[in-house]
Amino acid sequence: MFRKATLMMAAIGCAFSATAFAEDATSTLQKIKASGVINVGHRESSIPFSYLDDKQKPIGYSMDLCYKIVDAVKKELNMPGLKVNLVPVTSATRIPLMTNGTVDLECGSTSNLLERQKQVAFGVATYVAPVRMVVKAGTKIDSLDDLNGKAVVTTTGTTSDQLIRKNEKGMSIDVKNVYAKDHAESFLMVETGRADAFVMDEILLAGLIANSKNPKAFAIVGPTLRAEPYGIMLRKDDPTFKKVVDDTLKGVMKSGEINKLYQKWFLSPIPPKNINLNLPMSPELKNAIANPSDKGV
Amino acid sequence: MSTYQWDWGVVLQQVPESDEFYYQWLATGLGWTVATALSAWVIALLLGSLIGVLRTLPSKPLSFIGTAYVEIFRNIPLIVQLFIWYFVLPELLPTALGDWMKRDMPLPEFSTAVFGLGLFTAARVAEQVRTGILALPRGQKNAGLALGFTLGQTYRYVLLPMAYRIVIPPLTSEFMNIFKNSAVALAIGLTELTFQMKQITGDYAPANPIEVMTIVSALYLIVAFSVNRIMAFIEKKTRVPGYISGGK
Repeated sequence: MFRKATLMMAAIGCAFSATAFAEDATSTLQKIKASGVINVGHRESSIPFSYLDDKQKPIGYSMDLCYKIVDAVKKELNMPGLKVNLVPVTSATRIPLMTNGTVDLECGSTSNLLERQKQVAFGVATYVAPVRMVVKAGTKIDSLDDLNGKAVVTTTGTTSDQLIRKNEKGMSIDVKNVYAKDHAESFLMVETGRADAFVMDEILLAGLIANSKNPKAFAIVGPTLRAEPYGIMLRKDDPTFKKVVDDTLKGVMKSGEINKLYQKWFLSPIPPKNINLNLPMSPELKNAIANPSDKGV
Repeated sequence: MSTYQWDWGVVLQQVPESDEFYYQWLATGLGWTVATALSAWVIALLLGSLIGVLRTLPSKPLSFIGTAYVEIFRNIPLIVQLFIWYFVLPELLPTALGDWMKRDMPLPEFSTAVFGLGLFTAARVAEQVRTGILALPRGQKNAGLALGFTLGQTYRYVLLPMAYRIVIPPLTSEFMNIFKNSAVALAIGLTELTFQMKQITGDYAPANPIEVMTIVSALYLIVAFSVNRIMAFIEKKTRVPGYISGGK
Protein backbone atom coordinates (compact mmCIF):
# COMPACT_ATOMS: atom_id res chain seq x y z
CA MET A 1 0.00 0.00 0.00
CA PHE A 2 2.63 2.50 1.03
CA ARG A 3 4.91 1.45 -1.81
CA LYS A 4 2.12 1.99 -4.27
CA ALA A 5 1.49 5.47 -2.88
CA THR A 6 5.17 6.34 -3.19
CA LEU A 7 5.20 5.18 -6.81
CA MET A 8 2.16 7.30 -7.55
CA MET A 9 3.79 10.34 -5.99
CA ALA A 10 6.89 9.74 -8.08
CA ALA A 11 4.75 9.52 -11.21
CA ILE A 12 3.04 12.82 -10.43
CA GLY A 13 6.42 14.39 -9.76
CA CYS A 14 7.75 13.20 -13.13
CA ALA A 15 4.73 14.57 -14.96
CA PHE A 16 5.34 17.98 -13.48
CA SER A 17 9.08 18.10 -14.04
CA ALA A 18 8.54 17.05 -17.66
CA THR A 19 6.45 20.13 -18.32
CA ALA A 20 9.11 22.21 -16.63
CA PHE A 21 11.19 22.13 -19.80
CA ALA A 22 9.55 25.18 -21.27
CA GLU A 23 9.62 25.33 -25.04
CA ASP A 24 11.08 28.34 -26.76
CA ALA A 25 8.69 31.21 -27.06
CA THR A 26 7.53 31.52 -30.65
CA SER A 27 6.09 34.82 -31.73
CA THR A 28 2.44 35.35 -30.94
CA LEU A 29 1.93 36.86 -34.39
CA GLN A 30 3.24 33.67 -36.04
CA LYS A 31 0.96 31.60 -33.85
CA ILE A 32 -2.05 33.76 -34.77
CA LYS A 33 -1.18 33.60 -38.46
CA ALA A 34 -0.81 29.81 -38.38
CA SER A 35 -4.05 29.20 -36.50
CA GLY A 36 -6.18 32.00 -37.96
CA VAL A 37 -7.44 32.73 -34.45
CA ILE A 38 -6.55 35.32 -31.82
CA ASN A 39 -7.44 34.28 -28.27
CA VAL A 40 -8.56 37.19 -26.14
CA GLY A 41 -8.83 36.66 -22.39
CA HIS A 42 -11.54 38.66 -20.65
CA ARG A 43 -12.92 39.03 -17.12
CA GLU A 44 -16.54 38.42 -16.18
CA SER A 45 -17.15 41.11 -13.59
CA SER A 46 -14.43 43.77 -13.75
CA ILE A 47 -16.75 46.71 -14.33
CA PRO A 48 -16.19 48.82 -16.43
CA PHE A 49 -12.98 47.28 -17.78
CA SER A 50 -14.07 43.85 -18.86
CA TYR A 51 -17.36 42.26 -17.88
CA LEU A 52 -20.37 40.44 -19.27
CA ASP A 53 -23.39 42.42 -20.42
CA ASP A 54 -26.98 41.12 -20.24
CA LYS A 55 -26.33 38.98 -23.32
CA GLN A 56 -23.24 37.41 -21.68
CA LYS A 57 -21.01 39.22 -24.16
CA PRO A 58 -17.76 40.66 -22.77
CA ILE A 59 -17.69 44.45 -23.00
CA GLY A 60 -15.81 47.29 -21.35
CA TYR A 61 -13.04 49.85 -21.58
CA SER A 62 -10.27 47.22 -21.80
CA MET A 63 -12.28 45.23 -24.34
CA ASP A 64 -12.66 48.29 -26.59
CA LEU A 65 -8.91 48.84 -26.44
CA CYS A 66 -8.26 45.15 -27.14
CA TYR A 67 -10.47 45.19 -30.22
CA LYS A 68 -8.33 48.05 -31.51
CA ILE A 69 -5.28 45.82 -31.04
CA VAL A 70 -7.10 42.98 -32.82
CA ASP A 71 -7.76 45.36 -35.75
CA ALA A 72 -4.08 46.25 -35.82
CA VAL A 73 -3.15 42.55 -35.85
CA LYS A 74 -5.57 41.95 -38.75
CA LYS A 75 -3.88 44.74 -40.67
CA GLU A 76 -0.36 43.62 -39.75
CA LEU A 77 -1.01 40.02 -40.85
CA ASN A 78 -3.28 41.07 -43.70
CA MET A 79 -5.99 38.74 -42.37
CA PRO A 80 -9.29 40.67 -42.36
CA GLY A 81 -11.17 37.46 -41.54
CA LEU A 82 -9.14 36.74 -38.39
CA LYS A 83 -11.32 34.92 -35.87
CA VAL A 84 -11.51 36.30 -32.32
CA ASN A 85 -11.88 33.64 -29.65
CA LEU A 86 -13.02 35.04 -26.30
CA VAL A 87 -11.75 33.15 -23.24
CA PRO A 88 -12.95 33.98 -19.71
CA VAL A 89 -10.11 34.23 -17.18
CA THR A 90 -9.93 34.95 -13.44
CA SER A 91 -7.20 36.50 -11.33
CA ALA A 92 -5.90 33.01 -10.53
CA THR A 93 -5.98 31.62 -14.07
CA ARG A 94 -4.85 34.56 -16.18
CA ILE A 95 -1.09 34.02 -15.80
CA PRO A 96 -1.07 30.23 -16.40
CA LEU A 97 -3.46 30.63 -19.35
CA MET A 98 -1.23 33.35 -20.80
CA THR A 99 2.01 31.43 -20.37
CA ASN A 100 0.61 28.15 -21.72
CA GLY A 101 -0.68 29.85 -24.86
CA THR A 102 -4.43 29.62 -24.23
CA VAL A 103 -4.84 33.39 -24.43
CA ASP A 104 -2.76 35.81 -26.50
CA LEU A 105 -4.03 39.02 -24.88
CA GLU A 106 -5.56 39.53 -21.46
CA CYS A 107 -8.01 42.41 -21.37
CA GLY A 108 -9.12 43.04 -17.83
CA SER A 109 -7.99 45.09 -14.88
CA THR A 110 -4.60 43.56 -14.21
CA SER A 111 -2.07 45.61 -12.28
CA ASN A 112 1.33 45.79 -13.89
CA LEU A 113 3.45 44.44 -11.03
CA LEU A 114 7.19 43.83 -11.17
CA GLU A 115 6.66 40.31 -9.77
CA ARG A 116 4.34 39.48 -12.65
CA GLN A 117 6.86 40.77 -15.20
CA LYS A 118 8.95 37.69 -14.37
CA GLN A 119 6.20 35.66 -16.07
CA VAL A 120 4.45 37.96 -18.54
CA ALA A 121 4.71 41.34 -20.25
CA PHE A 122 2.35 44.31 -20.22
CA GLY A 123 1.38 46.88 -22.79
CA VAL A 124 1.62 50.56 -21.82
CA ALA A 125 -0.64 51.44 -18.90
CA THR A 126 -4.24 52.06 -19.98
CA TYR A 127 -5.53 53.05 -16.56
CA VAL A 128 -4.12 54.09 -13.22
CA ALA A 129 -6.08 52.90 -10.22
CA PRO A 130 -5.78 54.84 -6.98
CA VAL A 131 -6.39 52.61 -3.96
CA ARG A 132 -8.74 54.20 -1.41
CA MET A 133 -11.45 53.03 0.95
CA VAL A 134 -15.22 52.92 1.09
CA VAL A 135 -17.10 53.56 4.33
CA LYS A 136 -20.71 54.16 5.25
CA ALA A 137 -21.52 57.83 4.71
CA GLY A 138 -21.54 59.75 7.97
CA THR A 139 -19.03 57.57 9.82
CA LYS A 140 -16.10 59.55 11.10
CA ILE A 141 -13.44 57.86 9.00
CA ASP A 142 -11.40 60.12 6.74
CA SER A 143 -7.85 58.91 7.11
CA LEU A 144 -5.92 55.77 7.94
CA ASP A 145 -5.53 56.93 11.55
CA ASP A 146 -9.29 56.78 11.93
CA LEU A 147 -9.13 53.06 11.20
CA ASN A 148 -7.51 52.42 14.57
CA GLY A 149 -9.48 49.67 16.29
CA LYS A 150 -11.84 49.35 13.32
CA ALA A 151 -12.61 46.28 11.23
CA VAL A 152 -11.31 46.46 7.67
CA VAL A 153 -12.40 43.93 5.08
CA THR A 154 -10.14 42.60 2.34
CA THR A 155 -11.02 40.41 -0.61
CA THR A 156 -8.97 37.21 -0.93
CA GLY A 157 -6.09 37.49 -3.30
CA THR A 158 -6.05 41.26 -3.59
CA THR A 159 -3.19 43.66 -3.21
CA SER A 160 -4.99 45.97 -0.80
CA ASP A 161 -4.45 43.50 2.00
CA GLN A 162 -0.73 43.92 1.51
CA LEU A 163 -1.30 47.64 1.58
CA ILE A 164 -3.15 47.53 4.88
CA ARG A 165 -0.46 45.39 6.46
CA LYS A 166 2.19 47.80 5.29
CA ASN A 167 0.37 50.88 6.48
CA GLU A 168 -0.85 49.28 9.64
CA LYS A 169 2.72 48.83 10.67
CA GLY A 170 4.05 52.12 9.37
CA MET A 171 1.40 54.13 11.13
CA SER A 172 1.25 51.90 14.21
CA ILE A 173 -2.51 51.63 14.18
CA ASP A 174 -4.34 48.50 15.19
CA VAL A 175 -6.72 47.27 12.53
CA LYS A 176 -8.90 44.19 12.75
CA ASN A 177 -8.67 42.36 9.43
CA VAL A 178 -11.69 40.50 8.18
CA TYR A 179 -11.92 38.73 4.87
CA ALA A 180 -14.40 38.06 2.11
CA LYS A 181 -14.22 35.84 -0.92
CA ASP A 182 -15.00 38.51 -3.55
CA HIS A 183 -15.54 42.25 -3.88
CA ALA A 184 -19.34 41.99 -3.75
CA GLU A 185 -19.07 40.16 -0.43
CA SER A 186 -16.53 42.65 0.92
CA PHE A 187 -18.95 45.43 0.10
CA LEU A 188 -21.76 43.49 1.77
CA MET A 189 -19.60 43.32 4.91
CA VAL A 190 -19.49 47.13 4.99
CA GLU A 191 -23.19 47.36 4.14
CA THR A 192 -24.20 45.02 7.00
CA GLY A 193 -21.80 46.58 9.49
CA ARG A 194 -19.44 43.65 9.85
CA ALA A 195 -16.62 45.84 8.61
CA ASP A 196 -16.08 49.59 8.89
CA ALA A 197 -14.06 50.04 5.72
CA PHE A 198 -13.12 48.24 2.52
CA VAL A 199 -9.82 49.24 0.94
CA MET A 200 -9.75 48.70 -2.81
CA ASP A 201 -9.11 50.29 -6.18
CA GLU A 202 -11.30 53.38 -6.29
CA ILE A 203 -12.86 52.43 -9.61
CA LEU A 204 -14.06 49.06 -8.30
CA LEU A 205 -15.50 50.82 -5.25
CA ALA A 206 -17.31 53.29 -7.48
CA GLY A 207 -18.82 50.37 -9.40
CA LEU A 208 -20.00 48.67 -6.22
CA ILE A 209 -21.52 51.86 -4.88
CA ALA A 210 -23.26 52.64 -8.16
CA ASN A 211 -24.80 49.17 -8.16
CA SER A 212 -25.92 49.26 -4.52
CA LYS A 213 -29.49 49.82 -3.40
CA ASN A 214 -28.72 53.21 -1.91
CA PRO A 215 -25.56 54.75 -3.42
CA LYS A 216 -25.85 57.83 -1.19
CA ALA A 217 -25.25 55.67 1.90
CA PHE A 218 -21.60 55.15 1.02
CA ALA A 219 -18.58 57.37 0.57
CA ILE A 220 -15.13 56.87 -0.87
CA VAL A 221 -12.69 58.49 1.55
CA GLY A 222 -9.07 58.70 2.57
CA PRO A 223 -5.84 59.34 0.75
CA THR A 224 -4.57 57.40 -2.24
CA LEU A 225 -2.68 54.50 -0.65
CA ARG A 226 -1.12 53.53 -3.93
CA ALA A 227 -1.70 54.11 -7.62
CA GLU A 228 -1.56 50.90 -9.65
CA PRO A 229 -1.08 50.99 -13.42
CA TYR A 230 -3.41 48.55 -15.20
CA GLY A 231 -2.02 46.98 -18.33
CA ILE A 232 -3.10 44.65 -21.11
CA MET A 233 -1.16 41.45 -20.53
CA LEU A 234 0.76 39.53 -23.18
CA ARG A 235 3.52 36.92 -23.31
CA LYS A 236 7.05 37.84 -22.37
CA ASP A 237 9.95 38.16 -24.80
CA ASP A 238 7.81 38.77 -27.86
CA PRO A 239 8.97 42.18 -29.17
CA THR A 240 7.07 42.05 -32.47
CA PHE A 241 3.70 41.45 -30.84
CA LYS A 242 4.43 43.88 -28.02
CA LYS A 243 5.19 46.55 -30.61
CA VAL A 244 1.78 46.04 -32.24
CA VAL A 245 0.09 46.29 -28.83
CA ASP A 246 2.03 49.34 -27.66
CA ASP A 247 1.82 51.18 -30.99
CA THR A 248 -1.95 50.68 -31.08
CA LEU A 249 -2.40 51.91 -27.52
CA LYS A 250 -0.05 54.87 -27.99
CA GLY A 251 -1.95 55.76 -31.18
CA VAL A 252 -5.27 55.76 -29.31
CA MET A 253 -3.73 57.96 -26.61
CA LYS A 254 -2.06 60.37 -29.00
CA SER A 255 -5.14 60.87 -31.16
CA GLY A 256 -7.24 61.66 -28.11
CA GLU A 257 -9.54 58.79 -28.92
CA ILE A 258 -8.87 57.50 -25.40
CA ASN A 259 -10.80 60.47 -24.01
CA LYS A 260 -13.87 59.33 -25.91
CA LEU A 261 -13.46 55.82 -24.56
CA TYR A 262 -13.02 57.21 -21.05
CA GLN A 263 -16.14 59.32 -21.47
CA LYS A 264 -18.05 56.25 -22.69
CA TRP A 265 -17.14 53.94 -19.78
CA PHE A 266 -16.47 56.20 -16.81
CA LEU A 267 -18.66 59.26 -17.31
CA SER A 268 -21.78 57.91 -19.04
CA PRO A 269 -24.44 55.36 -18.15
CA ILE A 270 -23.13 51.86 -18.92
CA PRO A 271 -24.85 48.50 -19.36
CA PRO A 272 -26.33 46.38 -17.97
CA LYS A 273 -28.06 48.69 -15.47
CA ASN A 274 -27.38 52.03 -17.17
CA ILE A 275 -25.50 53.31 -14.17
CA ASN A 276 -23.07 56.20 -14.45
CA LEU A 277 -19.86 55.61 -12.48
CA ASN A 278 -19.19 59.33 -12.72
CA LEU A 279 -15.48 59.14 -12.06
CA PRO A 280 -13.49 62.00 -13.62
CA MET A 281 -10.05 61.23 -15.00
CA SER A 282 -7.38 61.28 -12.28
CA PRO A 283 -4.18 63.34 -12.68
CA GLU A 284 -2.26 60.05 -12.55
CA LEU A 285 -4.14 58.70 -15.56
CA LYS A 286 -3.76 61.98 -17.47
CA ASN A 287 -0.04 61.70 -16.90
CA ALA A 288 -0.01 58.04 -18.00
CA ILE A 289 -1.77 59.02 -21.23
CA ALA A 290 0.60 61.92 -21.89
CA ASN A 291 3.64 59.72 -21.20
CA PRO A 292 2.78 56.11 -22.12
CA SER A 293 4.85 53.62 -20.15
CA ASP A 294 4.89 49.92 -19.33
CA LYS A 295 6.74 50.36 -16.07
CA GLY A 296 5.47 48.12 -13.26
CA VAL A 297 5.15 48.86 -9.55
CA MET B 1 4.39 27.07 -26.41
CA SER B 2 4.41 27.09 -22.68
CA THR B 3 6.56 29.85 -21.27
CA TYR B 4 5.53 29.28 -17.65
CA GLN B 5 8.53 29.78 -15.37
CA TRP B 6 8.37 27.00 -12.81
CA ASP B 7 9.62 27.91 -9.38
CA TRP B 8 8.85 25.45 -6.60
CA GLY B 9 10.77 27.60 -4.17
CA VAL B 10 8.06 30.21 -4.42
CA VAL B 11 6.49 29.19 -1.10
CA LEU B 12 9.78 29.80 0.68
CA GLN B 13 9.84 33.41 -0.49
CA GLN B 14 9.14 36.35 1.74
CA VAL B 15 5.86 38.17 1.25
CA PRO B 16 6.80 41.51 -0.34
CA GLU B 17 6.84 44.44 2.06
CA SER B 18 6.19 42.25 5.09
CA ASP B 19 8.18 40.11 7.50
CA GLU B 20 6.14 37.00 6.74
CA PHE B 21 6.84 34.15 4.36
CA TYR B 22 4.35 32.39 2.09
CA TYR B 23 4.89 29.01 3.79
CA GLN B 24 3.79 30.64 7.05
CA TRP B 25 0.52 31.58 5.39
CA LEU B 26 0.05 28.01 4.24
CA ALA B 27 0.93 26.75 7.72
CA THR B 28 -1.64 28.96 9.47
CA GLY B 29 -4.14 27.99 6.77
CA LEU B 30 -3.49 24.31 7.42
CA GLY B 31 -3.86 24.97 11.15
CA TRP B 32 -7.29 26.53 10.71
CA THR B 33 -8.35 23.75 8.35
CA VAL B 34 -7.41 21.06 10.86
CA ALA B 35 -8.89 22.98 13.82
CA THR B 36 -12.16 23.59 11.95
CA ALA B 37 -12.50 20.01 10.74
CA LEU B 38 -11.70 18.45 14.12
CA SER B 39 -14.02 20.76 16.08
CA ALA B 40 -16.82 20.29 13.56
CA TRP B 41 -16.27 16.52 13.70
CA VAL B 42 -16.93 16.54 17.45
CA ILE B 43 -20.30 18.24 16.84
CA ALA B 44 -21.04 15.97 13.87
CA LEU B 45 -20.27 12.77 15.76
CA LEU B 46 -22.19 13.67 18.93
CA LEU B 47 -25.21 15.28 17.29
CA GLY B 48 -25.18 12.81 14.39
CA SER B 49 -25.25 9.86 16.78
CA LEU B 50 -28.12 11.39 18.69
CA ILE B 51 -30.15 12.10 15.54
CA GLY B 52 -29.33 8.68 14.12
CA VAL B 53 -30.55 6.98 17.28
CA LEU B 54 -33.70 9.15 17.29
CA ARG B 55 -34.59 7.86 13.84
CA THR B 56 -34.53 4.26 15.06
CA LEU B 57 -36.64 4.80 18.19
CA PRO B 58 -40.20 3.43 18.42
CA SER B 59 -41.52 6.93 19.30
CA LYS B 60 -43.09 8.55 16.20
CA PRO B 61 -42.53 12.22 17.23
CA LEU B 62 -38.88 11.58 18.12
CA SER B 63 -38.14 9.74 14.90
CA PHE B 64 -39.93 12.52 13.00
CA ILE B 65 -37.61 15.12 14.56
CA GLY B 66 -34.63 13.01 13.49
CA THR B 67 -35.94 12.62 9.94
CA ALA B 68 -36.75 16.33 9.64
CA TYR B 69 -33.25 17.26 10.77
CA VAL B 70 -31.59 14.93 8.30
CA GLU B 71 -33.71 16.05 5.37
CA ILE B 72 -33.21 19.76 6.06
CA PHE B 73 -29.47 19.64 6.55
CA ARG B 74 -28.79 17.08 3.86
CA ASN B 75 -30.76 18.81 1.12
CA ILE B 76 -29.28 22.31 1.28
CA PRO B 77 -25.80 22.82 -0.16
CA LEU B 78 -23.15 23.37 2.49
CA ILE B 79 -22.06 26.73 1.09
CA VAL B 80 -25.64 28.01 1.20
CA GLN B 81 -25.95 26.85 4.82
CA LEU B 82 -22.79 28.75 5.73
CA PHE B 83 -24.11 31.89 4.03
CA ILE B 84 -27.35 31.56 5.98
CA TRP B 85 -25.56 31.20 9.34
CA TYR B 86 -23.09 33.98 8.58
CA PHE B 87 -25.00 36.61 6.60
CA VAL B 88 -28.72 35.92 6.98
CA LEU B 89 -29.12 34.88 10.62
CA PRO B 90 -27.67 38.10 12.16
CA GLU B 91 -30.11 40.17 10.06
CA LEU B 92 -33.10 38.13 11.28
CA LEU B 93 -32.22 38.23 14.97
CA PRO B 94 -32.98 41.19 17.29
CA THR B 95 -30.59 44.05 16.41
CA ALA B 96 -28.51 43.82 19.58
CA LEU B 97 -27.93 40.10 19.18
CA GLY B 98 -27.27 40.44 15.46
CA ASP B 99 -24.72 43.18 16.10
CA TRP B 100 -23.06 41.04 18.73
CA MET B 101 -22.77 38.20 16.21
CA LYS B 102 -21.27 40.54 13.65
CA ARG B 103 -18.88 42.49 15.85
CA ASP B 104 -18.23 40.94 19.24
CA MET B 105 -18.65 37.20 18.92
CA PRO B 106 -15.26 35.55 19.47
CA LEU B 107 -13.77 34.24 16.21
CA PRO B 108 -17.00 34.76 14.21
CA GLU B 109 -15.76 33.07 11.02
CA PHE B 110 -14.28 30.10 12.85
CA SER B 111 -17.25 29.51 15.14
CA THR B 112 -19.71 29.86 12.27
CA ALA B 113 -17.71 27.46 10.11
CA VAL B 114 -17.41 24.88 12.90
CA PHE B 115 -21.08 25.16 13.74
CA GLY B 116 -22.27 25.08 10.09
CA LEU B 117 -19.96 22.30 9.01
CA GLY B 118 -20.74 20.31 12.17
CA LEU B 119 -24.52 20.55 11.71
CA PHE B 120 -24.25 19.66 8.02
CA THR B 121 -22.02 16.65 8.64
CA ALA B 122 -24.18 15.55 11.59
CA ALA B 123 -27.03 14.84 9.15
CA ARG B 124 -24.75 12.53 7.18
CA VAL B 125 -23.31 10.84 10.29
CA ALA B 126 -26.89 10.35 11.53
CA GLU B 127 -27.76 8.35 8.45
CA GLN B 128 -24.71 6.16 8.88
CA VAL B 129 -25.39 5.52 12.57
CA ARG B 130 -29.00 4.71 11.76
CA THR B 131 -27.92 2.29 9.04
CA GLY B 132 -25.52 0.61 11.46
CA ILE B 133 -28.27 0.11 14.03
CA LEU B 134 -30.74 -1.16 11.43
CA ALA B 135 -28.14 -3.55 10.03
CA LEU B 136 -28.05 -5.46 13.33
CA PRO B 137 -30.28 -8.53 13.63
CA ARG B 138 -33.56 -7.57 15.27
CA GLY B 139 -32.98 -10.31 17.87
CA GLN B 140 -30.17 -8.27 19.48
CA LYS B 141 -32.51 -5.56 20.62
CA ASN B 142 -35.05 -8.09 21.87
CA ALA B 143 -32.33 -10.03 23.66
CA GLY B 144 -31.19 -6.86 25.41
CA LEU B 145 -34.71 -6.03 26.53
CA ALA B 146 -35.34 -9.64 27.56
CA LEU B 147 -32.29 -9.51 29.80
CA GLY B 148 -33.98 -6.70 31.70
CA PHE B 149 -32.08 -3.79 30.14
CA THR B 150 -34.05 -0.61 29.62
CA LEU B 151 -34.24 0.66 26.02
CA GLY B 152 -31.46 3.14 26.86
CA GLN B 153 -29.25 0.43 28.30
CA THR B 154 -29.92 -1.80 25.28
CA TYR B 155 -28.67 0.96 22.98
CA ARG B 156 -25.71 1.74 25.20
CA TYR B 157 -24.47 -1.81 25.88
CA VAL B 158 -25.80 -3.90 22.99
CA LEU B 159 -26.74 -1.99 19.84
CA LEU B 160 -24.41 1.02 19.59
CA PRO B 161 -21.12 -0.79 20.29
CA MET B 162 -21.82 -3.12 17.37
CA ALA B 163 -23.40 -0.47 15.13
CA TYR B 164 -20.38 1.86 15.42
CA ARG B 165 -18.04 -0.97 14.47
CA ILE B 166 -20.09 -1.72 11.36
CA VAL B 167 -20.12 1.88 10.15
CA ILE B 168 -16.45 2.69 10.64
CA PRO B 169 -15.76 2.55 6.85
CA PRO B 170 -18.46 5.12 5.90
CA LEU B 171 -17.55 7.21 8.97
CA THR B 172 -13.97 7.21 7.70
CA SER B 173 -15.13 8.72 4.42
CA GLU B 174 -17.18 11.28 6.31
CA PHE B 175 -14.24 12.17 8.54
CA MET B 176 -12.10 12.67 5.42
CA ASN B 177 -14.91 14.68 3.83
CA ILE B 178 -15.08 17.09 6.72
CA PHE B 179 -11.45 18.09 6.10
CA LYS B 180 -12.11 18.61 2.42
CA ASN B 181 -15.47 20.32 2.99
CA SER B 182 -13.86 22.77 5.42
CA ALA B 183 -12.51 24.55 2.32
CA VAL B 184 -16.00 26.01 1.90
CA ALA B 185 -15.32 28.16 4.97
CA LEU B 186 -13.28 30.47 2.78
CA ALA B 187 -16.64 31.77 1.56
CA ILE B 188 -17.21 33.38 4.96
CA GLY B 189 -13.65 34.63 5.26
CA LEU B 190 -12.03 31.98 7.44
CA THR B 191 -8.34 32.07 6.56
CA GLU B 192 -8.04 28.31 6.11
CA LEU B 193 -5.85 26.48 3.62
CA THR B 194 -7.85 27.14 0.45
CA PHE B 195 -8.24 30.77 1.49
CA GLN B 196 -4.48 31.12 1.82
CA MET B 197 -4.04 29.43 -1.55
CA LYS B 198 -6.38 31.97 -3.13
CA GLN B 199 -4.65 34.74 -1.25
CA ILE B 200 -1.26 33.77 -2.67
CA THR B 201 -2.46 32.92 -6.19
CA GLY B 202 -4.85 35.84 -6.57
CA ASP B 203 -3.78 39.37 -7.23
CA TYR B 204 -0.86 38.78 -4.91
CA ALA B 205 2.63 38.37 -6.18
CA PRO B 206 4.39 35.96 -6.68
CA ALA B 207 3.02 35.02 -10.05
CA ASN B 208 3.38 31.25 -9.63
CA PRO B 209 -0.13 29.97 -8.93
CA ILE B 210 0.34 26.43 -10.26
CA GLU B 211 3.04 25.50 -7.74
CA VAL B 212 1.01 26.85 -4.83
CA MET B 213 -2.13 25.00 -5.97
CA THR B 214 -0.16 21.77 -6.29
CA ILE B 215 1.37 22.11 -2.84
CA VAL B 216 -2.04 22.81 -1.31
CA SER B 217 -3.51 19.75 -3.07
CA ALA B 218 -0.68 17.65 -1.66
CA LEU B 219 -1.35 19.01 1.85
CA TYR B 220 -5.04 18.04 1.62
CA LEU B 221 -4.01 14.63 0.33
CA ILE B 222 -1.64 14.10 3.25
CA VAL B 223 -4.23 15.20 5.82
CA ALA B 224 -7.06 13.10 4.37
CA PHE B 225 -4.84 10.08 3.90
CA SER B 226 -3.63 10.32 7.51
CA VAL B 227 -7.24 10.35 8.68
CA ASN B 228 -7.87 7.29 6.53
CA ARG B 229 -4.93 5.41 8.11
CA ILE B 230 -5.89 6.39 11.67
CA MET B 231 -9.45 5.20 11.10
CA ALA B 232 -8.19 1.94 9.57
CA PHE B 233 -6.12 1.43 12.72
CA ILE B 234 -9.14 2.08 14.92
CA GLU B 235 -11.19 -0.31 12.82
CA LYS B 236 -8.59 -3.03 13.25
CA LYS B 237 -8.24 -2.48 17.00
CA THR B 238 -11.96 -2.48 17.71
CA ARG B 239 -12.77 -5.48 15.56
CA VAL B 240 -14.83 -8.19 17.31
CA PRO B 241 -13.09 -11.48 16.49
CA GLY B 242 -15.25 -13.77 14.42
CA TYR B 243 -18.04 -11.23 14.03
CA ILE B 244 -16.91 -8.34 11.87
CA SER B 245 -14.12 -9.35 9.60
CA GLY B 246 -13.01 -5.88 8.52
CA GLY B 247 -13.48 -6.79 4.88
CA LYS B 248 -10.47 -9.07 4.74
